[in-house]
Amino acid sequence: MWVEVGHFAFAMALVVALVQGTLPLLGAHRGDAGLIALARPAAVLQLVLVAVAFAGLTQAYVTSDFSVLNVVNNSHSAKPMLYKISGVWGNHEGSLVLWVLILALFGAGVALFGRNLPPAFRARVLAVQALIAVGFLAFSLFTSNPFLRALPPPADGNGLNPLLQDPGLAFHPPFLYLGYVGFSIAYSFAVAALLEGRVDAAWARWVRPWTLAAWCALTVGIALGSWWAYYELGWGGWWFWDPVENASFMPWLSGTALLHSAIVVEKRDTLKSWTILLAILTFSLSLLGTFLVRSGVLTSVHAFATDPTRGVFILAFFVLVVAGSLALYAWRAPALKPGGLFQPVSREGALVLNNLLLATACGTVFLGTLYPLFLDALTGDKVSVGPPFFNLTFGPLMVPLIAAMAVGPMLSWKRADLAGALARLKFAFAAALLATLAAAALAHRGPWLAIPLLGLGVWAITGSLVELAERLKLFRAPLSDSLSRAGHLPRAAWGMSLAHAGMGVMLLGVVGASAWQQEQLQVMRPGQQATLAGYSFTFRGARPVQGPNYSAIEGSFQVTRDGREVGLLVSQSRTFRNPPMQTSEAAIRPRPSGDLYAVIGEPAGDGGYATRLYHKPLVHWIWGGAMIMVLGGLLSLSDRRLRVGSPVRRRAPAGVALAGAGD
Amino acid sequence: MSNVSRSAAAAGWLRLRCILWALVPLVLFAAVGGFLYQGLYLKPRELPSALLGRPAPAFDLPPLPGKQQFRHADLKGEVSLVNIFASWCAACRVEHPLLMRLAEDKVLPVYGFNYKDDSEAALGWLKRFGDPYGRIAVDRTGRTGIDWGVYGVPESFLVDREGRIVCKHIGPVMERDLAEKLRPAIAAARAGQPVKC
Repeated sequence: MWVEVGHFAFAMALVVALVQGTLPLLGAHRGDAGLIALARPAAVLQLVLVAVAFAGLTQAYVTSDFSVLNVVNNSHSAKPMLYKISGVWGNHEGSLVLWVLILALFGAGVALFGRNLPPAFRARVLAVQALIAVGFLAFSLFTSNPFLRALPPPADGNGLNPLLQDPGLAFHPPFLYLGYVGFSIAYSFAVAALLEGRVDAAWARWVRPWTLAAWCALTVGIALGSWWAYYELGWGGWWFWDPVENASFMPWLSGTALLHSAIVVEKRDTLKSWTILLAILTFSLSLLGTFLVRSGVLTSVHAFATDPTRGVFILAFFVLVVAGSLALYAWRAPALKPGGLFQPVSREGALVLNNLLLATACGTVFLGTLYPLFLDALTGDKVSVGPPFFNLTFGPLMVPLIAAMAVGPMLSWKRADLAGALARLKFAFAAALLATLAAAALAHRGPWLAIPLLGLGVWAITGSLVELAERLKLFRAPLSDSLSRAGHLPRAAWGMSLAHAGMGVMLLGVVGASAWQQEQLQVMRPGQQATLAGYSFTFRGARPVQGPNYSAIEGSFQVTRDGREVGLLVSQSRTFRNPPMQTSEAAIRPRPSGDLYAVIGEPAGDGGYATRLYHKPLVHWIWGGAMIMVLGGLLSLSDRRLRVGSPVRRRAPAGVALAGAGD
Repeated sequence: MSNVSRSAAAAGWLRLRCILWALVPLVLFAAVGGFLYQGLYLKPRELPSALLGRPAPAFDLPPLPGKQQFRHADLKGEVSLVNIFASWCAACRVEHPLLMRLAEDKVLPVYGFNYKDDSEAALGWLKRFGDPYGRIAVDRTGRTGIDWGVYGVPESFLVDREGRIVCKHIGPVMERDLAEKLRPAIAAARAGQPVKC
């Protein structure tokens, strides 16, 4: 019964979205206060309806109601509860419901917490938001309905892809969607501003917290996905430049650019047209990701079951959203008043450089991802673009970005003294040089390029710290003075320094794990020993174990270093039955210097097992760095200035996003 | 020309340039959208099979209990369709009615590889949805699947009279695939003409 209630609520949500997407827009155009006032209750009602629909579907999964086709196809009664719930969004149809739920959540967030927005502007934002919802609701209801019954119901379901039965991946999609969908707010704000023909500092102040919240969620989502690939796929890789990984990475890159360019709009009232374009492009890239995953246009490990009608529908919607907003942009953007002028060497100049590099990086990822499609369409040749392309094009763009990242915040607005800024960074430079020399002395293998890159990471971290110390006048003023300055420093400043330092930490992890990884693949018999990076691994044998819905071979390795005990590494090779599939659970032991990573594979026949052993220096710094960046973003979100746009105080929009994230 | 009209012309030119720049994203997107549309009809997964025109790889597999055994020798003498299926495969249910129709209308013999499946479950599945397969071989481990270049279920192979693979279809066979791809291929194979696939 709940499924029918959910289905009905979902259809009603479409009706409400149609109303919310048209009447307030008309009202804002005509100045009709009654129609304008419609937007807020409609947005809240829509959230309630979609939440009921989501709850109805979740209930069917939790109780394993196999009269629902979607549950049959993606669940199994023997599955642990966590994966019954994550199964709701572990498939095409259900993930769309989650997508719409988050869209409604953000819309209701603007309705409830955007009290200080001018009513007509807020009505336009909510209307655009609703029009996006119309597209997704119609897509879901007409091509991918998750509420359909399967009659007669089968005895049991087909199960969820075992690779997806993992805590890391249970929460990867919700965070990713919070990010993707969160950028819809930036898009709606941009379109509303174009409709009004006005972009000013207040606009930037409204749009930034939403973008920042979405950015934080997307960062968490991408990091979770990468972490999952690291420990679950069993090869120790953490980023594969897979088309769908790239699809989530492109909005991240342009979203990062948007965060920075919006600062210029807010502080200096310039770069408006570009910022609007970035807001449109960021959400368009999120939609492109959705299209690529669901249309089967590119081959990827992530591809959902594909179906041409779905592809045509979502492409039509995608084109409508993007072309519509870009046409509006072409029409209205030339009328935007250009703002203040600035010298190339200035804070604005640095932020423009940041935007240029991030946009170019995003462009290379875009080209590399879609090149196989372009070539196939033009010549019929099948190619795949792999890591060598991306490492060669993307990497060199990140070097100046990270190098400049430490300098930018030291520059003043309008016109800056570059030599002075560099002089104040001499401590960071010395630290980077020291790190480079130390790495050169210690590393006796691996590519030489890794050594200066390690220095670059240290430069980024110490550069952020020096910038913070400058603000606090640390070591130059009495300590009490510095402490009081620390108390008064806006949280946004702490957030920026933290996020920039996190980027440096992440670079160290990337360089360490890529350049100095050691691996050994061999057949081991119980009692046999292998030595890797100074650690000795003794294979203690393997035994069969039973899980709730799989059987596994569990192998253990006793690890010692210089005769001292390090620990026992236990790895499993799992065989699932519904559907049949093998997965490996890598055994990972984090050490200060890096991870020890062991995987047990197939039995070799003579009592031995195929085993893979890795030592991955600094690898956990990759995700550590990402988490520091997110922490910086959250700190910045909690800044009072972001919440106090105009005289009326409002509560943190971050609260909405985070409450959603916790669900 | 007076100074005023010259500066007006310059301002007009500047404005035109602004508008042209603002149009760039739209034009670029139109091109990308065109490619994406074309992409919907391309099949990036369908790498040309290395087995096309080659004899079907040999196999010796047991039958499903109570069903007829599918042997390598069955492939000679008649144009036939070899379908890879499993009871755990959701997409197999999508193409199943089509295979049933092919078998009922006696269009051509349909043989099945029951792939990485539990035999009990497979028999239950065939009992419930119908059995279009004249003969079935059980590929429990997927070894024969490797020889045949199978990388997903379902897949279908069209085999000519001499036992050569002439066409391969990846994914469920839909109405459109049958009308536009398989039927012409079957006709060509029967007529002994080169098969376009």
